[in-house]
Amino acid sequence: MSEHNQSNIRNFCIIAHIDHGKSTLADRILELTSSVELREMEDQLLDNMDIERERGITIKARAVRLNYKADDGQDYVFNLIDTPGHVDFNYEVSRSLAACEGAVLVVDASQGIEAQTLGNTYLAIEHDLEVVPVVNKIDLPSAEPERVCGEIENIIGIPAMDAPRISAKTGVNIKEVLEKVITDVPAPKGDPDKPFKALIFDSVYDPYKGVIIYVRVMDGSIKAGQTIKLMATGAEFTTVEIGYMGAKDLVPVGELGAGEVGYITASIKYIGDTRVGDTVTRADAPCDEALPGYKKVQSMVFSGVYPADGAKYPDLRDALDKLALNDASLTFEPETSAALGFGFRCGFLGLLHMEIIQERLEREYNLDLITTAPSVIYKVNLTNGETIMIDNPTNYPDPALIASAEEPMVNAHIFTPQEFVGNIMELCQDRRGNYIDMKYLDDTRVDLHYELPLNEIVYDFFDALKSRTRGYASFDYEMKGYVPSKLVKLDILLNGEIVDALSFIVHVDKAYQRGRKITERLKENIPRQLFEIPVQASIGGKIIARETVKAMRKDVLAKCYGGDITRKKKLLEKQKEGKKRMRQLGTVEVPQEAFMSVLKLDE
Amino acid sequence: MRGIYIHIPFCLRKCPYCDFYSVRFDEHTAEEYTDALIRSFKNPKYKGLQADTVYFGGGTPSALPPRLTGRIMGALYDSFDIDKNAEITIEANPCTAAQIKLRQYREMGINRISFGVQSADDSELEGLGRIHDFERAQRAIEDAHRAGFENISADIMLGVAGQDVQSLMRTAERLTSLPITHISAYMLKIEPGTPFDNERTRAAIADEDTVSDMYIALCEKLEDKGFCHYEISNFAKAGFESRHNLKYWTAGEYAGFGTAAHSLYKGQRYYVPKDIAAFIDAPFQQEIEEEEPHSEREEYIMLALRVSEGLDEKKLISLYGEENTGRLMSLAKVYESHGLCRISGGRVSLTPRGFLVSNTIIVEFLHAVGLA
Repeated sequence: MSEHNQSNIRNFCIIAHIDHGKSTLADRILELTSSVELREMEDQLLDNMDIERERGITIKARAVRLNYKADDGQDYVFNLIDTPGHVDFNYEVSRSLAACEGAVLVVDASQGIEAQTLGNTYLAIEHDLEVVPVVNKIDLPSAEPERVCGEIENIIGIPAMDAPRISAKTGVNIKEVLEKVITDVPAPKGDPDKPFKALIFDSVYDPYKGVIIYVRVMDGSIKAGQTIKLMATGAEFTTVEIGYMGAKDLVPVGELGAGEVGYITASIKYIGDTRVGDTVTRADAPCDEALPGYKKVQSMVFSGVYPADGAKYPDLRDALDKLALNDASLTFEPETSAALGFGFRCGFLGLLHMEIIQERLEREYNLDLITTAPSVIYKVNLTNGETIMIDNPTNYPDPALIASAEEPMVNAHIFTPQEFVGNIMELCQDRRGNYIDMKYLDDTRVDLHYELPLNEIVYDFFDALKSRTRGYASFDYEMKGYVPSKLVKLDILLNGEIVDALSFIVHVDKAYQRGRKITERLKENIPRQLFEIPVQASIGGKIIARETVKAMRKDVLAKCYGGDITRKKKLLEKQKEGKKRMRQLGTVEVPQEAFMSVLKLDE
Repeated sequence: MRGIYIHIPFCLRKCPYCDFYSVRFDEHTAEEYTDALIRSFKNPKYKGLQADTVYFGGGTPSALPPRLTGRIMGALYDSFDIDKNAEITIEANPCTAAQIKLRQYREMGINRISFGVQSADDSELEGLGRIHDFERAQRAIEDAHRAGFENISADIMLGVAGQDVQSLMRTAERLTSLPITHISAYMLKIEPGTPFDNERTRAAIADEDTVSDMYIALCEKLEDKGFCHYEISNFAKAGFESRHNLKYWTAGEYAGFGTAAHSLYKGQRYYVPKDIAAFIDAPFQQEIEEEEPHSEREEYIMLALRVSEGLDEKKLISLYGEENTGRLMSLAKVYESHGLCRISGGRVSLTPRGFLVSNTIIVEFLHAVGLA
């Protein structure tokens, strides 16, 4: 322990539902601890990415060290670790929590507890964190802090009546939160004399320094120039720089000691070497055993990602390489589709992760993408006794070779005002859900518990839920395991030819309905061609739905007057441009929108 | 041999669907414009030009007083080498083609006249904002015939408000019973900025399916009446195809004079801006080269598919090579099986149904040869 006494360190995170004011509270805390000059304040300082700011979500964990002089006259060091707020990043959240002794639970004074908040709070309690409830947005006219405090006590079962009532927006009572952290959150209790042992809770790639690993030191200490070992991967590196995360910059220090949060650089080239949850120790004086809880992150949702313009394939590869530098949970491998050309099969932690990656590729790397329908991993037991895992419909075996198939299920909790229960039950029923139970959170709000197949929610479940509840319901899920299921591969044929990029795996009971919807949607989105195009859905060669794109009747510039052919030329140039935006599938031209339209079927 | 195009940018009244360049006729401007045209013939670039076709287009060329038309004709003969069998066409409005004027045209050497008849149904004509009725048009054609015109063309319009396949067939019957040798049939297209460019008109005119039905029916009807469908919009009795217009589609060269005129001359395309005052001021400084140079490779497919002769496989091979041509030909076979084109004697040509979707077919063929 170099500068600070462990008893004056507080390591905590903030748990909140989207929009309940986590980032705003973090900003206020930074302001109050004078970590950032007022004139340098930019709203929501911790969320660096545009997407994070816009969506009000945190995608990557981040940490900051703050100095605070408390009412008891002592100086404290706060390490605020910002956790991702979404179920897709559940594992990352759990590792961030493991780096803390306490969690500030922010609840909106008018909306009360939401599904994600509850999930993450339970996760915090599981990690033995001290939960400090805070009621935010008391400035709103609809604020009911007393009711919400009651709700926290009833649902979570922690005392909340003396919870600070604050407004992060106007800055009311922020100091009270910090005082609460000091009194309620325990100080770290690491042993400075034991061998060095630290938890990696995040890592980022820096083009100059290589991978920067964010660690919480549990025991012992570390200095620059020492050799570290990452226990899960076994990789060894010599540390180059040790420091802590200031509000604006990384601040190098001589040593990081037990209980502290900071960073290590060691000329590490691949982020894959520094896995979140892994334990860092000294190579020459290792600790006995690694910290518990490490898992290799597994992709849950897969999708083909193709450049709309085939020539942009190398650009897409570079962009994915760059994103993967900072995101060890993004996996991708080259894939070829007869319909879409060269692209990548990408694996994501979940739906939000998938959306974010696609959005970042389009925005930050200026790529126009075509993505195929998301798929989950199916377990297929073959007649020869072998079991294979299928994440790509293209690889789905011939039905004759399949003994049985299994699909992943999730436990889903939907928090909703009571009035929408009927709508949601209808939706879950339609998505092959099994009703488990329903709990009243208070007089008006309900926790609906369903078991749902993951492949039913990877499509457009969020959108469907939102539209059926006017946006009021929230949703959280966790993996449950595999169950046997009657699955079939549904193929889509244009002009009699299978379009591989449109094939997907579906439960047999849903196949007919889905096939009909997709053929209808394609018919609407494929422009008339020179001749009639049948659009068909088939299972194992048997046609189950058919639509027809009618033949084009008229596309002619009949009058070319006085030898003026420029007009015709311009018109043809425009048509050529239009053709470039089309995908040629055999003799049929399909616009990008047609591929996208089949991804959103719930309308 | 080349062609000569003369643009006469005057109309008595502007038709509400037309977006060709014209101004309201006034005698003083017409006089100045005629002088400017004649000066423009002295452009050294066109010295020694040999022509076997001359075409007066507009506007309404017949709006010009015959003495001015006569001066232009005289200057043409003085300035250029006009073939003695040249086809010399003038476009005329049935209302501005009095018997005496028609005789004067013949005397100046004009031997082909093209009337903007548009329809044999007076209510359709009224809807188009035309100043004539069908009786007037009928009389003009008969007068022209009597005045010695043996090559008479009539324009008709498809898709006019109130028109249906039957009324169009009646128009075709009536017209073909007159002494005409040629018919141009255009589908009404609403051009941006014209008085027809409004929702009400758009709702009133025939929809695409109906216009397509009309076009197919008309093609059959005119073939029946002995008119050969030799270009997308043009039909002629044997030997009466417009030699001038065919130059446009067969990479023949033509020199255009007057405001808004276009030329293809010595391998380069030119145009004169749509500005009558500027043209009167400085007639032969007005010509501007088209940005994109004329290239037979780029234009052949687009132009040749307009005429019934269509594409010549040998020519395709010389322009695009064996492999590209092979791709185009196999695409053509697919289209043939859908009744969109014909393949025979090493030529690919469009059927009436193919003409209707020719833009798409052209782009597909261009794609097949690597140009799109």
